[in-house]
Amino acid sequence: MTQVIDKTGFVADEWPEDGVELPFDALWTGQDLPIDQPLAVRFDIFANPENLAPWFDKVDMVVLPFGTSADGRGFSLARQLRQLGYTGLIRAQGHILVDQFRAALRVGIDQVAISDEQAQRNPEEQWQSVSLSEGYQTRLFAAE
Amino acid sequence: MYSYSNFDADFVRNRVAEFRGQVERRIDGSLTEDEFKPLRLMNGLYLQLHAYMLRVAVPYGTLNGRQMRQLAYIAETWDKGYGHFTTRQNIQFNWPKLQDVPDILDALADVGMHAIQTSGNCIRNVTADHFAGAAADEIEDPRPTAELIRQWSTDHPEFAYLPRKFKVAVTGSPNDRAVTKAHDIGLRMVRNDAGEPGYEVVIGGGLGRTPMIGKVVRDFLPKADLLAYLEAILQVYNLSGRRDNKYKARIKILVHETGLDELRARIEEVFSRQQRLLGEVDPGIVARIDAGFTPPVWDTRPAPEAPVLDAGLRSFIDTNVVAHKQPQYGIVSVSIKPIGGTPGDATSAQMRVLADLAERYSHDELRISHEQNVILPHVHRADIPAVYAELRMAGLATANIGLVSDIIACPGMDYCALATARSIPIAQQISESFADLDAQRDIGPLKIKISGCINACGHHHVGHIGILGLDRAGVENYQITLGGDGTETATIGSRTGPGFAYDEIVPAVERLIEAYLDLREGPEEAFLATYRRLGLEPFKAALYGVEERADAA
Ligand code: HEM
Ligand code: SF4
Repeated sequence: MTQVIDKTGFVADEWPEDGVELPFDALWTGQDLPIDQPLAVRFDIFANPENLAPWFDKVDMVVLPFGTSADGRGFSLARQLRQLGYTGLIRAQGHILVDQFRAALRVGIDQVAISDEQAQRNPEEQWQSVSLSEGYQTRLFAAE
Repeated sequence: MYSYSNFDADFVRNRVAEFRGQVERRIDGSLTEDEFKPLRLMNGLYLQLHAYMLRVAVPYGTLNGRQMRQLAYIAETWDKGYGHFTTRQNIQFNWPKLQDVPDILDALADVGMHAIQTSGNCIRNVTADHFAGAAADEIEDPRPTAELIRQWSTDHPEFAYLPRKFKVAVTGSPNDRAVTKAHDIGLRMVRNDAGEPGYEVVIGGGLGRTPMIGKVVRDFLPKADLLAYLEAILQVYNLSGRRDNKYKARIKILVHETGLDELRARIEEVFSRQQRLLGEVDPGIVARIDAGFTPPVWDTRPAPEAPVLDAGLRSFIDTNVVAHKQPQYGIVSVSIKPIGGTPGDATSAQMRVLADLAERYSHDELRISHEQNVILPHVHRADIPAVYAELRMAGLATANIGLVSDIIACPGMDYCALATARSIPIAQQISESFADLDAQRDIGPLKIKISGCINACGHHHVGHIGILGLDRAGVENYQITLGGDGTETATIGSRTGPGFAYDEIVPAVERLIEAYLDLREGPEEAFLATYRRLGLEPFKAALYGVEERADAA
């Protein structure tokens, strides 16, 4: 099981029971998309966010895989998705350190989902005490 | 000089407070060493052979007197009374205790300094020409650019977990003193045909185990587009750089494996998006940065015309002083390479003398050079005799800048956990064997650079004579490379052949220099020029003895 965390702290997983989760490739191989239920796409770390662009308004959540804490590709993928105009939910799933939480929120990730085992080692207070103050980049590009 | 805005100051204080908490948790055991490691590395704290080592950034190499005094105070209070200036314009303290490190960081924050991003797989301390703002050949001061990059890269949310470390250097002069072509990104300030300011952007340089000279990815980048372009390079690198093998993870390997043209196309594509979306950098911030680097009010007294009679002073001026953009001034390099000393080590007392001289004679500015020396960038020529006299009393007047004993050496086996051989003692012995400064001047400009392992912290690949210390079955063995060059004509040196044992390497260097003195066309022909004219062979002969070849006529 996983623990979902957003900027308020530990939260229940609100992804609906009837939501459909598909791997990124399925979109391209012509799998039928749900009509009424919400759609989540499990992103591949090698995939190019531009290739998701045609489906941006059909996708409710993108799940980005975070394999190890040293692998920072997810940060670039999230930022690219936002820059390309994706406005749905972005969830980072896997191994994310408390110390990476602020960066995750700043690149446009809405929530992270960590293992229950990690949630025990890193209890809610640790995530809540992460400072969400503005960074240098926000100041530099006031217009972004 | 740029002084911290409230934002900078708060940011640095918050980081210290955060780290203080982490150190407490480490000491009380609630953080394991494994969990603590990435956190301490983000604050410049390494675990070395004998102790922790703290690496402090000297952004773009610029310091004022107060900051230098604080480094002296730190060295004396929490270390053994000295610090080590490195080839990346940092200063390293080799003996701090873990529980003292938060106090050291607070002491640094008191004077607007920090150790953030001096290690780890992030964008490292940005380096710049150490003669910035002073050099006679300068087109534009590179430091406002370097400061802008410092702000942009600090705690960048997207680029804190790159495939590998990432180093940026900037120069504002056609003569490249910042080794920009051996950096992940090298920026050279240029003007286009219309006279507008911009940058030539070089990527993929690096030393280490696969040395490469950087390649031009953009001939001319308008100044205003800098950050958008850097974002593009970093995003492409973050997503495509190799993560399967740390020895292949630098951007130089990506450039090499992908090909420059293909990579350029990808960068340009991301750039056009970044340029559209990022918007302009806040002009207020740019103006505040620029204001931090307005030139001092120059002293207009003319330079003295009387000839210098004192021989010591004369050779100091000839060797350690170069032209300033104001003709009545000189740029004074203070050698941190006394004959037989440890390259780059300065005591607290020496740091205070330097701080004092900067305040009195150099418009309160000091620079750290990547050659591990300290620079007084703006000294009026009438004050040089007084500066020289005080340096002499402090043991800092060695007139060997650019000469055979002005050696770059990494810490090697004496401090470094990765070392395969000693490097400091080799530097000391070479310097002792050429102790006579007149003889050194006769040998002329010569850059010897020594690394204690394949990681090449001592820049041996770009030394005119490079020395690499290896371990051959438990015995130190030193390989020589010749003809390296770290300037605008950057070149990786060529290996001469088999290496030399610890007690053979200094005589081997002596033979090389004797051969050069025999071979040169005259005293004007420097070692590198002779090497370029004649190639490796005559030097190999000097190193290994002439081989009789059957087909030789
Ligand atoms: C003593 C502890 C040190 C350790 C453990 C260390 C470790 C390393 C490693 C592993 C690399 C290779 C990185 C790569 O190629 O990806 C490297 C490169 C480098 N280090 Fe160090 N280093 C140390 C001290 C220093 C010092 C004292 C200096 C300056 C004198 C320095 C300056 C450099 C430079 C300039 C490089 C450039 C190679 C490049 O960027 O391609 N290092 N270091
Ligand atoms: S070159 Fe090797 S021995 Fe020298 S400081 Fe770097 S890692 Fe250590």
